[in-house]
Amino acid sequence: MSATEYERTPAIAEKGYETPLAHDLEAIWESKPGIRGFLSTVDHKEIGIRYLVTSFVFLVLGGIEALVMRLQLAGPNKSLLTPEQYNELFSMHGLTMIFLYALPVLSGFSNYLFPLVLGSRDMAFPRLNAFSYWVYVASGIFMYASLVLGFAPNDGWFSYVPYALKPYNPGPNMDFYALGMIFYGVSTTVGSANFVVTFLRMRAPGMSINRVPILTWGTVTVSFGNLFAVPAVSLAFLMMWADRQFNTHFFTPETGGQPLLWQHLFWMFAHPWVYVVVLPAMGLVSDALPIFCRRPIVGYTVVVLGTITTMVLGFGVWLHHMFATGLPFLALSFFSAASFVITIPSAVAVFAWIATIWTGRPVITTAFLFFAGFIAMFVIGGVSGVMTAAVPADRQLTDTYFVVAHLHYVLIGINLFAVMGALYVWFPKITGRLMSERLGRWNFWLVFVGFNLGFFPMHVTGLMGMPRRIYTYPDGLGWDTLNLITTMGAFVLAIGILLLLINLAISRRGGAPAGPNPWDGPTLEWATPSPPPPYNFPVIPLVASRHPLWEERLGETEAGHSEIHRGPVLADGKEALATTALDAQPDVILKMPEDSYAPFVVTLAMAVAFTGLLLANWWVAGIGGLAILIGSLVWLWPEAALAQKARRPA
Amino acid sequence: MSEPLIIRRRLPVGSMGKKANGWWGMLALIATEAALFAYLLFSYFFFDVQYGRGWLPEKLPAFRLSGPNTVILLLSSVAVWWAEREARKGNRARQCLGLAVGLLLGIAFVVIQGFEWADKTFTPFSSSYGSLFFTITGFHMAHVIAGLIVLASLLLWSALGYFDDRRNAPVTIGAIYWHFVDAVWLAVFFSLYVTPHLR
Repeated sequence: MSATEYERTPAIAEKGYETPLAHDLEAIWESKPGIRGFLSTVDHKEIGIRYLVTSFVFLVLGGIEALVMRLQLAGPNKSLLTPEQYNELFSMHGLTMIFLYALPVLSGFSNYLFPLVLGSRDMAFPRLNAFSYWVYVASGIFMYASLVLGFAPNDGWFSYVPYALKPYNPGPNMDFYALGMIFYGVSTTVGSANFVVTFLRMRAPGMSINRVPILTWGTVTVSFGNLFAVPAVSLAFLMMWADRQFNTHFFTPETGGQPLLWQHLFWMFAHPWVYVVVLPAMGLVSDALPIFCRRPIVGYTVVVLGTITTMVLGFGVWLHHMFATGLPFLALSFFSAASFVITIPSAVAVFAWIATIWTGRPVITTAFLFFAGFIAMFVIGGVSGVMTAAVPADRQLTDTYFVVAHLHYVLIGINLFAVMGALYVWFPKITGRLMSERLGRWNFWLVFVGFNLGFFPMHVTGLMGMPRRIYTYPDGLGWDTLNLITTMGAFVLAIGILLLLINLAISRRGGAPAGPNPWDGPTLEWATPSPPPPYNFPVIPLVASRHPLWEERLGETEAGHSEIHRGPVLADGKEALATTALDAQPDVILKMPEDSYAPFVVTLAMAVAFTGLLLANWWVAGIGGLAILIGSLVWLWPEAALAQKARRPA
Repeated sequence: MSEPLIIRRRLPVGSMGKKANGWWGMLALIATEAALFAYLLFSYFFFDVQYGRGWLPEKLPAFRLSGPNTVILLLSSVAVWWAEREARKGNRARQCLGLAVGLLLGIAFVVIQGFEWADKTFTPFSSSYGSLFFTITGFHMAHVIAGLIVLASLLLWSALGYFDDRRNAPVTIGAIYWHFVDAVWLAVFFSLYVTPHLR
């Protein structure tokens, strides 16, 4: 079979993991050892693990920033930090947690799990996948370089104008943030395109759109959202940078600019972003929680529809971040109403999880505890969200610690709790080792108690009028004790997370062997060895139900039986099967790319270009731009091995 | 044992027209780029609504250059469409001709747009209108130039004989991008050149 053949009928065979075919596939798919493999690999599992590890590094950095701020606020009139340092710390903390941790950690799970749960060999665009990771790291380093050099962003993660503009903020601080976010947006955008196309095209035959695991629904929904939301913030930051660098007049009020335009563009992106960093986490829970309830999730269809509805409505509520800006009453009413409505699809998911636990036979593992805690925190964060959706209440609460409490209940409750639970579930798949349940209990209870001790009192300090983002406060306002409790809670939470890291480190080598399916899960990733081989599946599985590994006991066999080890053999080089978008009928045999340095090289070129822009050195920027162009052309040049070129006439 | 019999049929191999993942990826790129232009035009109308007629320049944008230029861009789309059609028939000479004509018309658009820019009495730094006008048309110009690089690459690859009647997905993928760039121009043209005359 030549690489330029145009058609083929794939052979159907029954092959397991210990066969000559599997041996051949291993040789075809494995990455090179050493530094060459490190820089060129396009294996989605390797990239997924890198996303997870890197995002946890940023979680720790952001956490340390938070702890320093909590020390400063532990009592009145403390002077650990100057006001300027405090501004930089809360800005770095916010942008780190929201951009460099919250989505990338979910992308890590999605990258690792998508092909495995969909029964595929890789993502739709393996090189783009590597590129998305490298750009994420490079943009993270770019933004953190500001902190190392002493010019960290200092205007909060939403960097309102005019304070972010040159007259008020003359240093390079905001340039780092503006350019860094445009850089980072490239990673999010290409990653999102990859998830969307993978979801639509790379599912195993028979895995019609109503049979995919919910975690892929969560990620694909927010990836669609990102495609439409990210340009808003990239554009806004470009305008800000142009105002600072070239004296254009987008946001400058004294020369015909509109400061409010910044807020519109920012929140048109950033409100959808709130759902972007929680919906995939909700998806992880929707797939993992039922494993520990020993039953399928209650209401698969409504949970999926709720996910999509939340994202769509999420584009229509951005104004609720701007209730205090003097907008017309009619606009406030409309956006307030929309903000109330959005609670309905979220509540659907909550009730589905509760019903799943209620009607199931729960097995109380650490993961289950995290998921149960997740539901409880979601409810608290949701209720405080409803309170701020009401315009009169919001006018009282905005810019107070009440909002800080709300957003942390949402982000830690719905993102971090889900992520920690998901780690306990899928760590055995990734490493082949179970995590310690004993340490896990300590991990969970310290996190749960520390988090609530730290953040629940913030509701009260907020109601008592303590504004957010103040670097200190006088005594006698009644905030002292509450702030001390908050600081203590923050440190308990930090110890809990430290225990998680210790558990990960210990279990990676010393954990009990997991076997392919330690939790008796229903979806395809549990049919692979732990860790899975580079090619994932020796033959492409055929799927006949939502729970391929549970269908006999559930009696889900009206459409036949799924077959894991009997299916199309695709072993003429790196090959994968693409299926139709809705019904997952076989559509085309894809030639998948080999490992490539192009993603890394183009990322380096982008880093050079953005550094040139930052230094206002147009030569450096131009050289970087040219290198991006050349790198992209090499990357996209048609290759016979990828069956992109015509057969040569003999 | 239920055997999905459909699996036992001949399947195309590799990069095949609209079955190629690249085609789907291009659609995703177009979606996000379209959103970018939507936000640009949102910003334009945000200013327009806040400030009214006084915000627009004294002399409204004229059709003298922009009108014919719009026609030129549309004709380039027709040429590229024809090239893609000929590519599917395996007619390499016509395919190259169509791409070359599309490329030349695109270059003509860029040159005329340069004259249009030079003709303006305002700059990106003189007013918020100027900032937006040049940012929006500048973004479009950047997309045209990206599209020209795509067309030039396709022309080169076609001339090198990389494609035949079945293996030509890059032409399909590049062509849809070029049509998108043209469609965006219509939105930009309508917003910046036509709506000021409608008030």
